[in-house]
Amino acid sequence: MVLAWLILIPLIGGLLAWPAERFGAAAPRWIALLSMLLVLGIAASLWPLGHYGQGLATGGEPWQLELQVPWIPRFGIDFHLAIDGLSLSMVILTALIGVLAVGCSWRETGGRVGLFQLNLLWVLAGVLGVFLAIDLFLFFFFWEMMLVPTFFLIALWGHRGSRRERGIAAATKFFIYTQISGLLLLLAIIGLVYAHHELTGQLTFDYDALRTTSLPDGLEYLLMLGFLAAFVVKLPVVPFHSWLPDAHAEAPTAGSVDLAGLLLKTAAYGLLRFSLPLFPEASQQIAPLMMALGLVSIVYGALLAFAQHDLKRLIAYTSISHMGFVVIGIYAGSIEALQGVVVQMVAHALSAAGLFILAGSLYGRLGTRDLREMGGLWSKLPILPGVSLFFAAATLGMPGTGNFIGEFLILMGSYPAAPLLTALATGGLVLASVYALTLIHRVYYGPEGPRPVVAAVSPREVAMFAILIALSVWVGLHPQLVMDTSADTIHRVRDLYLFAAPATGVQAP
Amino acid sequence: MKLDVHDLLLLAPLLLSAATAVAVMLAIAFKRHHPTAALIAALGMGAALASAVWLIPGDAAGAVTGLVFVDDIALLFMALTALTTLGCVLLLAAYLDGYPGLREEAYILLCVAATGAMVLMASAHLAAVFIGLELLSVPLYGLIAYTRNHLPALEAGIKYLVLSATASAVSLFGIALLYADSGTLSLLALGERAPDSPLVLLGTGLLLVGIAFKLSLAPLHLWTPDVYQGAPAPVGAFLATVAKVAVFVLLLRLLVAIPPALTANFQQLFLGLALLSILVGNLLALTQTNLKRLLGYSSIAHFGYLLLAVVAKVPAGLEAILVYLVVYTTATLGAFAVLAALSRAGNERDLDRIEDLRGLFWRRPAMAAIFVLTMLSLAGIPMTAGFIGKFTLFAVGVQAKLWLLLAVMLIGSAIGVFYYLRVAVALFRRVEGASPPEPGGVAHWASGLVMAASGALTLGLGLYPQPVFDLVGHLLG
Repeated sequence: MVLAWLILIPLIGGLLAWPAERFGAAAPRWIALLSMLLVLGIAASLWPLGHYGQGLATGGEPWQLELQVPWIPRFGIDFHLAIDGLSLSMVILTALIGVLAVGCSWRETGGRVGLFQLNLLWVLAGVLGVFLAIDLFLFFFFWEMMLVPTFFLIALWGHRGSRRERGIAAATKFFIYTQISGLLLLLAIIGLVYAHHELTGQLTFDYDALRTTSLPDGLEYLLMLGFLAAFVVKLPVVPFHSWLPDAHAEAPTAGSVDLAGLLLKTAAYGLLRFSLPLFPEASQQIAPLMMALGLVSIVYGALLAFAQHDLKRLIAYTSISHMGFVVIGIYAGSIEALQGVVVQMVAHALSAAGLFILAGSLYGRLGTRDLREMGGLWSKLPILPGVSLFFAAATLGMPGTGNFIGEFLILMGSYPAAPLLTALATGGLVLASVYALTLIHRVYYGPEGPRPVVAAVSPREVAMFAILIALSVWVGLHPQLVMDTSADTIHRVRDLYLFAAPATGVQAP
Repeated sequence: MKLDVHDLLLLAPLLLSAATAVAVMLAIAFKRHHPTAALIAALGMGAALASAVWLIPGDAAGAVTGLVFVDDIALLFMALTALTTLGCVLLLAAYLDGYPGLREEAYILLCVAATGAMVLMASAHLAAVFIGLELLSVPLYGLIAYTRNHLPALEAGIKYLVLSATASAVSLFGIALLYADSGTLSLLALGERAPDSPLVLLGTGLLLVGIAFKLSLAPLHLWTPDVYQGAPAPVGAFLATVAKVAVFVLLLRLLVAIPPALTANFQQLFLGLALLSILVGNLLALTQTNLKRLLGYSSIAHFGYLLLAVVAKVPAGLEAILVYLVVYTTATLGAFAVLAALSRAGNERDLDRIEDLRGLFWRRPAMAAIFVLTMLSLAGIPMTAGFIGKFTLFAVGVQAKLWLLLAVMLIGSAIGVFYYLRVAVALFRRVEGASPPEPGGVAHWASGLVMAASGALTLGLGLYPQPVFDLVGHLLG
């Protein structure tokens, strides 16, 4: 029941926040903040349950906590939630980013606060549901559930500087991309379930049951593509990415933080949790292609980030670049690479959230996000330049930050599987330094921009940056905690993916 | 032929519905009083609903005379018809409130049309089919043009009259051909005896043309947007729900009854109709600025989706159809209810443009929330009933391996998302400049009730759909 509360609290909090608007703008914000803090507390209290890092859980129960209630027996659908190390890491991350998303929207929205917080909390509830559901129908349910509030966040509270029509267009683009790919996912899920039904006579959407289905090769490949469609669009991998910069450019800061910090991670999680274990052989077959696309994403994202004038679009492209590493790591499939993926997911969520909050702060002071109108701010702004430098360093993978650990592990773990590709991907780190340092240079150095500056930095902002920086450094210096927590799951995924069948495309480490 | 008590009992929903029409008529003759007429109609429909629900669990199914066969499926849809008509009565009561013209007759027409729908659902004889079709259509001519000083309504009424009469004539000709070849009009006998002759094929084909027209399947959809736009919103609700559901149930009966209708040729025909309807409905809905037209096109697309289950020919198909019809009715009724609640018969026009609803959320949050919910349901987004409907249809499509149709349905759904969301966003947008024509006062309690009920059902079935599956599973044995 604890697991259900993790999802119910934000849902109920949202419903409370909406009418709380009448008690002033602060009420919904406090409700939202308390809801997310509560979720964070509950999630953290689940951590000791797993005895992570003590070697006790290995080989034991796959799930530390489960909740299974019949939901639609007609189709064998259960309300089935479960948590293991990987989901727990993601849940804690979600709660944390959720707190920050609420925090960074404290001043920004201006009016309609209740409805804004409702949408924000419901996105978070959907994300939490995605990380917890292990009934495929339920997973899809949450997967789609987070789209509608995200759509409204972008469409209605978008970036203040642009015309609303553009926000709606960007939101619609986001929705249609994810909706088409989501429907493919739904078809693939139904296809998998009925294939299982034909083989065993049992109609079920349960993850553990479906994982054991031995599908014919052709069908497995097709179904895997259906799953992949949803994940590569959401991640996004390069040819499917074009919704992301638009969505970020139009989204409010909190929306961007959610999008980059959490929504992208649901796709990586989906690959780890569903795509690889359910379709190991097909995934191995497509691994070379996916790793190549990952490489393309790294380079393409980095190059385009370098060319952007809009600060948020720049950060959006860096996300694409970073997610390229995640794809390579996932399909390499070795323990090091997969652990690197988890660390990278956490680290990128922190650094991207930091950068987007920074972009929001800068916009709040300058009234522009155009890099051409910035410049020479180093001495004019307190605190923010240093913070920016930190997050730029984190983005380029400086040792001491979590991003370094993530990228290093991914590259190290992928090298045995694909030496050439990994070597090329390493070049992405160089490109990352180029765009990160260019960013700092264009914002803070050079001739002063034309805009007047409002200087004061509020304690709220300082607190948010402090939390993000502290966590980022912590993950960078002591990544063992994250790795221990997810180690069990990672081993299981690796075994299912690489040893389920004679490896074809990728060599086992 | 004699009727005993048991037969009369089986016919109870139908008889009650017909009696309601008579009762309203008598009440008008006695004294013209709008609330009374509406109350009688509402009570009558409530009684019809109660009787149908009461009959459902029994195993009383059976033929009543040669014309009608009342089984569980017929009873389920009679209940749905009575419930939806009850909703339309309430919407009409609110809509006609304060209308200077004659108001009470609308309820007679509505109850007669509901009776026709029930006859169609239970028909076991082609004569009953024709009676049902006409009983359903003729009152609708009057209802569509009910606000007759209003030019678009009049135009819509006449358009529907001419086209619908043509379609009925085509159907009648088809029935005649079937009779010419087989010498019987009973569906049961037709099923046993109908030879696979050209005349039967042609007859079935013509009959299906008439049905496709009433379902406004592309390419026989051309009347739909104009009629939906011109008709008063509560009548539009009836047209889009009861009138269509009844004809679809009839289609199911014919498919079972007339063997040639299941041959490969007709399957191809249905496949073609489905593909066209999905594409045409969704593509043309894209550019609409009038919500009634948009809902009209969307209903074309939804009945295209439904044909998937007809083409599939798997056991789960019938279940999917029943579930989808319930889900579709709920959402469509809810959407029309909001439009009806915003409009008054006496006004110059219904508030049915997307622009009219702009910013509705800031003026009427509950109403706007329900409208958004119905839009999301029609788009098939999780947490709404529409998703469950789409899911069952997908499941059927996958079981039957209808990949082409599924692909088109996927494209159609994606297009659908675009225009449903466009409407949903408009409700939240701030109004700039001149405010739109503000509907007077608080929403009438009657339409409020309908909106609340459809909203609650849409959400409830989306979150916990098992009761519907239980019910349908029970009915299908």
